[in-house]
Amino acid sequence: MADMMKLTVITPEKQFYEGEVSMVELVTTEGAIGVYPNHIPLTAVVSPGVLTIHEAGEKKQASLISGFVTILPDAVTIMAEVAEWPDEIDFNRAEEARVRAERRLAANETGLDTLRAELALKRALVRLGLKH
Amino acid sequence: MASMRDIKRRRASIQSTGQITKAMKLVSTVKLQKSRTKAESSKPYFNQMYATISAMLERSGNMEHKYLSAGAEGKKAVIAITSNRGLAGGYNNNIVKLIMGNPGLAAADTKIYAIGRKGRDGLARKGYEIAADYSEVINEPLYQDAADLTVELLDAFGRGEISEIYLAYTFFKNTVVHIPKLVKLLPFEREAAQDKTDEETKARALMNYEPNAEEVLDMIIPKYMSSLIYGALLEAVASENGARMNAMDSATNNAEEMLGKLEIQYNRARQGSITQELTEIIAGANAIS
Repeated sequence: MADMMKLTVITPEKQFYEGEVSMVELVTTEGAIGVYPNHIPLTAVVSPGVLTIHEAGEKKQASLISGFVTILPDAVTIMAEVAEWPDEIDFNRAEEARVRAERRLAANETGLDTLRAELALKRALVRLGLKH
Repeated sequence: MASMRDIKRRRASIQSTGQITKAMKLVSTVKLQKSRTKAESSKPYFNQMYATISAMLERSGNMEHKYLSAGAEGKKAVIAITSNRGLAGGYNNNIVKLIMGNPGLAAADTKIYAIGRKGRDGLARKGYEIAADYSEVINEPLYQDAADLTVELLDAFGRGEISEIYLAYTFFKNTVVHIPKLVKLLPFEREAAQDKTDEETKARALMNYEPNAEEVLDMIIPKYMSSLIYGALLEAVASENGARMNAMDSATNNAEEMLGKLEIQYNRARQGSITQELTEIIAGANAIS
């Protein structure tokens, strides 16, 4: 199959996903990208976002919080520090995290804490975005 | 010869010790299975990480990077991974010996980042400076723990407090063979990353980096370190349980052997006392008649 490539997603705990896919969408520090087979070789840093896997006739989504991605023409390898399928996400916790982060941002302190809260908010929003 | 009562008491005590060691062996067998599966399932991540980073460094031969060159004068940091509990044979002592036996790691210019109380105490006694103690981590290692430790170490490295970072842990080869290992984490050694197939090299030679190679390296080296530390933690836990299982197995065997010997001694003593009693009775009867 010419228009398929191998996708591997690995987290420190386990092999998260492995299979033949037609397209992968993910978010890098440079913006959201979609990768088709025969992409130029590329290594990029992942920023929090939704990972969308297009299989033969199916679409799968997962949260992808941090890590990096190595793209070769026939294979994509994502080294994820944190990745979860929608059914593994604790939405109540994510909701709490969102509220906490928003409050902290509303308090409007400058410095490292704001940055941290922004990151936490981003993570929470990614997770909540997968709720159906 | 010891009296019957003494032997009996001794036998009872050995028997209960044997029961304890047997139970401990069973417990560590179960724990070993668990920790071993965990260690094995974390391997793909580490291998992939290693492949990526060595490919990057290979083609960035003349890249100047803060993590690639030895820091200025500063102490050497050693992450010593041992256990919080003893009764695991030479497991903890081997790590202490490994660090002490290394001529480059003298007590005067080495800082210990201890994971595991036994190693911390052992090294502290030998005069090593304990910079930080993460002993709780070894009970249930999480990736986040390794990441936190990495951040702290890289901070200290960036401030110039430490010039080199080593990792001392026990490699889990199989259930009976555990090898204490000392690995250099930083500065990253290029020579170590060499063996690869031509095809792979070709494919990676065309690699582009986004935003750029330096920034990606900035990101990946801490992740690489975390994954290495995390992998080492899992290996160490598996080794600890393996070592304890072996130690407890031989302790149980020794207890059984001793019980056998005491059994014979006890029977001799019993026979002796009966013979003596009989002799006394006969002598008494003879004296009367």
